[in-house]
Amino acid sequence: MTTDIATIHVEPTPDELAEGRRLRRRKRLTNLAIDAFLIVVSLLMLLPLVFLVANAFKTPAEMLAWPPTIIPRDPTLENFSAVLGETPLLRWIGNSLAFAILSTLAIVATSAIAGYIFGKFRFGTLNVIFALFLATAIVPFEVYMIPLYFQAKSLGILNSVWGLLLGYLVMSFGIFLIRQNVIHSIPDELLEAARIDGAGEFWIFLHIVLPLLRGALGALAVLAFFQAWTAFAWPMIVATTRTSYTIEVGLALFQTGFTVDLGRLSAASATVLIPSILLFVILRRNFVQGVASTGLKE
Amino acid sequence: MLKRKRFIFAILAILPTLAIFAYVRLYPIADTLRLSLFKWDILSKRKPFIGLANFRELMGDHLFLDALVNTTIIAFGVLFLTIPMALVIAALIFHRTRSRMAGFYETAVFIPHVVSLVPAAMAWKWIFDARLGPLNALLTFFGIPAQNWLFDPVLSVICIIVLCSWQALGYAVLIYIVGFKNLPVSLYEAAKLDGASGPQSFWHLSIPMLKPITLYVSVVTLVSGFNVYAQAFVLASDAQGAPGRQVRVLVLDMLENSFRNYRVGYAASEAVVLLVIVLVLTLIQFSMLRERSKA
Repeated sequence: MTTDIATIHVEPTPDELAEGRRLRRRKRLTNLAIDAFLIVVSLLMLLPLVFLVANAFKTPAEMLAWPPTIIPRDPTLENFSAVLGETPLLRWIGNSLAFAILSTLAIVATSAIAGYIFGKFRFGTLNVIFALFLATAIVPFEVYMIPLYFQAKSLGILNSVWGLLLGYLVMSFGIFLIRQNVIHSIPDELLEAARIDGAGEFWIFLHIVLPLLRGALGALAVLAFFQAWTAFAWPMIVATTRTSYTIEVGLALFQTGFTVDLGRLSAASATVLIPSILLFVILRRNFVQGVASTGLKE
Repeated sequence: MLKRKRFIFAILAILPTLAIFAYVRLYPIADTLRLSLFKWDILSKRKPFIGLANFRELMGDHLFLDALVNTTIIAFGVLFLTIPMALVIAALIFHRTRSRMAGFYETAVFIPHVVSLVPAAMAWKWIFDARLGPLNALLTFFGIPAQNWLFDPVLSVICIIVLCSWQALGYAVLIYIVGFKNLPVSLYEAAKLDGASGPQSFWHLSIPMLKPITLYVSVVTLVSGFNVYAQAFVLASDAQGAPGRQVRVLVLDMLENSFRNYRVGYAASEAVVLLVIVLVLTLIQFSMLRERSKA
């Protein structure tokens, strides 16, 4: 066989070799240009945040300097201590954390159960309920948050984590995502085998279904966490006392004060930004998987 | 018998989620629709049914119309800025998928989408600041007169569009990259053999084949554009005693009517308008998709 191929093989002419070299060089240059462009785009996207963090460590005088410095010449923690003294920043972060964690737990639990039931139990009634879940998924939160506010009010849970949580207990997309995963990655035979062995339905869900859904639930958890962590309009109307603010609301209202200067604002913002960026970089794969699956709805 | 047992399990398991869902979704959505037909003020005891009077009043309400126009401009401004850029950036990142830098590009472009809104808006507020901001300093450096970015009626809307696009870009890029990964490689190889250059196959192959993704991303971007609120709130509120111009957007107008003027029914009718806009956009997406699959 090898000799056959050798006989067919035609030696490239010097011209052809030169052409190949030229093409390869052109391809390398194109790639280099693309890389350069993408690096510039990436840096421009990050620049506002980099400036914000840098400003947090600057003295008022350096803040006015032109061109703006990226690494403060004479870094100070003055802004941070001032902010921590003036505002219950840590309390706000705590509120946001509690809200985001509880919301994540609620969304993961409801989505796991509902997604599994909708994916594997084919009854007419359930299909109607699922259609209902899907149909309301396109209604933006802003449309129904005012009646929801009055519900929270009548429950007496305004200005508390529970009030915040009321708006973020379920996520239609989460149920849909888990249902897709159940259909694609859990074979019916597996469940039937367990049933024949005498396993109860609840045991099956807990010991067979949940472990198989770990990846999808992880992605959903990250999405749900960031959704609650960055919520704005709902916390703005539900949490209206200084001690119940989430970090987003606290910061937004803190910056309306007349005596606030940019250094302190930046310090407060940086305190919030840095942990969430770190968390995102760590959980990036989960997050990307979750967000990417939002695009595959149709 | 067995089937019946499974049915009972399914219903029992779904019941708590369904109850929560009905309470925090279905009921408030229905209530929004109901309230929009009533003269429902917090202060007055009588809350009579007034049919479509709220909607008729909206049509002549300058503040609402102002908000509707601003919000529409912002939503479409973000769309036209984001989609072409996202498509190009995603194509280039996809082209360099195998390079070591691909992860960095993806992360850098995506970070603005995940960071908290308010701190990010704060960063841009400083950039746009008329006296202290680097944008004006940069402009004067090139001999262009400094602008009053956050006060000028046109420029302040542009500022919001820039801020929203900066945040929306990462999501669109990510979805497009997924789209590129799902395109058949063989088609590109065939095009290459026929002598198509990279930009040519991008224009004649990728763009038409990614049309469903473009539709999806466009609708998501528009819908979130119509719900803009935090960005307008932060850019307008005052830091150092220098408030920006308040750009009226729908959600802001709605919240003001509800919580400042106590006109809940009227605010609900605004919410219904927002809902109708979103429904129309979604319907357009679905009908265009169906047309495509028929063709």
